[in-house]
Amino acid sequence: MIQPTFTSSRILLPVRPGFIWFSMTLGLLLNFLPTAHWPGVPDWVALVLTFWCIRESRYVGMGWAFALGLCMDVADGAVLGQHAFAYVLLAYTATRQARRILWFPLAQQAIQVLPMLVAAQVIQLVLRLLAGAEFPGWSFLLGPALATLLWIPLTYLLLLPQYQPLEHDANRPL
Amino acid sequence: MAGTHHTPPPFFKRGPAPLALLTFYLALSLALFVIDLRLQSLDPLRQLVAAVTDPVQRVAQMPGGLVDHAKDYLRGLDDLLSENAQLKQTQLRLAPDLARLEHLETENDRLRKLLAVKEREKAQGEVAQIMYTARDPFSHRVVIDKGQQSGITAGQPAIDEAGVVGQVTRVFPFSAEITLITDKDQAVPVQVVRSGQRSVVFGLGGGQLELRYLPANADIKEGDLLVTSGLDGIFLPGFPVARVSSIERENSYAFARIRCEPLAAVENFGEVLVLAPRQPLPPRPPESAGRGGNTGAPVKEDKK
Repeated sequence: MIQPTFTSSRILLPVRPGFIWFSMTLGLLLNFLPTAHWPGVPDWVALVLTFWCIRESRYVGMGWAFALGLCMDVADGAVLGQHAFAYVLLAYTATRQARRILWFPLAQQAIQVLPMLVAAQVIQLVLRLLAGAEFPGWSFLLGPALATLLWIPLTYLLLLPQYQPLEHDANRPL
Repeated sequence: MAGTHHTPPPFFKRGPAPLALLTFYLALSLALFVIDLRLQSLDPLRQLVAAVTDPVQRVAQMPGGLVDHAKDYLRGLDDLLSENAQLKQTQLRLAPDLARLEHLETENDRLRKLLAVKEREKAQGEVAQIMYTARDPFSHRVVIDKGQQSGITAGQPAIDEAGVVGQVTRVFPFSAEITLITDKDQAVPVQVVRSGQRSVVFGLGGGQLELRYLPANADIKEGDLLVTSGLDGIFLPGFPVARVSSIERENSYAFARIRCEPLAAVENFGEVLVLAPRQPLPPRPPESAGRGGNTGAPVKEDKK
């Protein structure tokens, strides 16, 4: 989609790959902040990854998800492959749904993103429970809910570099 | 005929089919998961990825450090003065004990030599700062700011001023992971100070510990202090670990259910002392000929 939302008449500039890299690194940075003891802190990497998988599904996909997942596994001290597995599935679903989701208003997009983010958390939970860990408590599922609320501001924030200045040209309607 | 060997323009090329890619990546992650969990042989890969994530993690620690710094700076002079006075008092109170400690240690050494008992090992270690708690809610781990560069190796125990905190389980070039004693997979061999009984204390998660394998009629009371027994060859004997908080004795179970509270500030941020590895234990005595392979089966005397 070349507009910010499907009703908008503004045309976006093409995305710069450097910015995608930058936003992913920023997501990792936010995840590494010492916020582990606060309940309901969203998984920033999963959120940014979902956003780019939906927006730029031809550029960002499962390869990115796998690499970011490995980074999260190592930095978190989790079992290798735990985040990678969940993120790969998340990227796959997001890419498959990309063309459909973009035709909804932002609030409805957010509602459709929620089950994907919840699924990513539940997959990790199931993997670890199968491996014999104890249940970490329900606040574990609070993060995706908060992440969903952030979908609308996040969309505007991450599309900001692609906006071009408004200049009206009578000879060129678009 | 032109056009029979027609290749599609490159703009239709989209790499392998999504489903194939998905299968590939999922299989790869699952393989990593199982290998890491069962064989624990993926440390080189971990080190490699850590080289990428470590700089980002360092940057992420900075705001927290700045906030702490600002807090310290803004905390009133009064607070510091009263804390200073308190510390001075504590120091004075401990001074007589400390002054005599050296004397007692030499005396202890001499007496042990007289008795021909092996000398007690001295505790030495390296002070490290806890950087952050791992985000993974399933494991109870903290990351400290010293690693291979400071000579830290996996297996070293970590203590704070009150007692045992945990054990170093993974080492990276500039950081190391400590598994807390409250982790579900962590066990510490302990001894009850009052009765001298030995057992093993296991983590329960949620900041609690459980003392297992003590019979229901064992001599143990609430409030008993547990210290490391040193039988594992990793922890030095005599460090406080936990205090017994509740005991359930039921006739239907063979063992008593004993809950303990860790003494160290296990789930808090702060500083820890990573103890140097112990001297290797003396080799096990050879198995007696009568007990083939120590199967636990009753031994029959050979009749001649």
